[in-house]
Amino acid sequence: MRVNFTVNGRPQEADDVWEGESLLYVLRERMGLPGSKNACEQGECGSCTVRLDGVPVCSCLVAAGQAQGREVVTVEGLAEFAKDRAEGCATGACGSAAGKGTTLDQAKRWQAGGTDSQTGEGTELAPIQQAFIDAGAVQCGFCTPGLLVAADEMLERNPNPSDADIREALSGNLCRCTGYEKIMDAVRLAAARQSEGV
Amino acid sequence: MDFLRPASWEEALAAKAEHPTAVPIAGGTDVMVEINFDHRRPEYLMDLNRIGDLSEWEVGEDSVRLGASVPYTRIMEDLSAELPGLALASHTVASPQIRNRGGVGGNLGTASPAGDAHPALLAAGAEVEAESVRGRRLIPIDEFYKGVKRNALEPDELIRAVHVKKADGPQQFSKVGTRNAMVIAVCAFGLALHPETRTVRTGIGSAAPTPVRAKTAEEFLNAALEEGGFWDSGKIITPSVAKQFAELCSGACNPIDDVRGTANYRRHAVGVMARRTLTWTWESYRGARNATEGAA
Repeated sequence: MRVNFTVNGRPQEADDVWEGESLLYVLRERMGLPGSKNACEQGECGSCTVRLDGVPVCSCLVAAGQAQGREVVTVEGLAEFAKDRAEGCATGACGSAAGKGTTLDQAKRWQAGGTDSQTGEGTELAPIQQAFIDAGAVQCGFCTPGLLVAADEMLERNPNPSDADIREALSGNLCRCTGYEKIMDAVRLAAARQSEGV
Repeated sequence: MDFLRPASWEEALAAKAEHPTAVPIAGGTDVMVEINFDHRRPEYLMDLNRIGDLSEWEVGEDSVRLGASVPYTRIMEDLSAELPGLALASHTVASPQIRNRGGVGGNLGTASPAGDAHPALLAAGAEVEAESVRGRRLIPIDEFYKGVKRNALEPDELIRAVHVKKADGPQQFSKVGTRNAMVIAVCAFGLALHPETRTVRTGIGSAAPTPVRAKTAEEFLNAALEEGGFWDSGKIITPSVAKQFAELCSGACNPIDDVRGTANYRRHAVGVMARRTLTWTWESYRGARNATEGAA
């Protein structure tokens, strides 16, 4: 079947989608967006977290057909999404979709490269991404995309989270490297920068 | 596999009548796991997300009509006054991502004994609104669970909503697991005080082939509270009464040994949760009562 939906602010079309296929599979294998990770396939690990009409969900548990006509934001579009939000324009809220968002091509080529991948310098990053780099919250990096999407959404809803709020918001994202402390640091840092307007 | 996308409830009922094997999918948090692991290959998958009113609720005089797809996030954030037990249970469901998608209709459809909503529904009192092209019926929650992952639905029926009695007193929910998130209950317990009828209702999860009420324990407690004049005096529950209530709740279990826990442990834990939830709710009842009297 064919699925039409918006990914990172741009309309997309996926063809020959199997009816039992997950949104995650479509994003990774058909859209060429491997940022959302495939691990448990049962909603336990959160590494496939994306925004579906603004709401954080496990994309492995959304049937592709359920995304028809809906808006998806993946980690590849997070920088643009955060930028639009900072400018007071959530994805699709102002202007036509054509001029906004991240093109599929841009999204596919996205990397935390820039001039220095260690510091994120020279790359367009969402504040939460920069905070993860600055706090050293990334080790193997597999859980990072899901954590970024979940943490970014929490900071949108709750600009001044307590530690308990952060832990709860990230309770559906497993990390097997860091012990979570650096991740907590990163979210606190992003929240502090956000409130200072840095 | 065919993907059905009914745009309205009537279309969904017609599709289900035509294809009784169609598997409804709303939040997908159960169905997609089975498909991803190739445990299930339904002939038809029927997306219910397009039917907007399944995600809505109405607060009525005596009950809340909760659409089958209202996500757990909404229940815990918006319905904690009307449905405190269910709101507490909703908060223990998996993770934020899952709570954003899953709803009570899915819990009822799957009818796993470990579903978090069941003990709260049993304790509060509820009716499942099931419908087919043949008509609509309300199934009392006590008659809904028929076996492990089996419920009272006919093949052509869909769950449209669940009518949950609004709380008329304190309610509690307790669940045993290895951490606070992403836990399938080892066992769970829901308790609701109903001061208007001077009754107590319970719900036990994950400790029998189906979610069950501890009816003997309820009867014992109802009689003990009545005879002792507890509802009027608002005095502390006698420890021996709480102890016997807990033992009877343990006795209502019919658990198995599995990877999450042993049968013995489940029986023990249900007793502990029964005593604790009774104490918590009763203290809250006494507090509210004393506050009202103080004000008067």
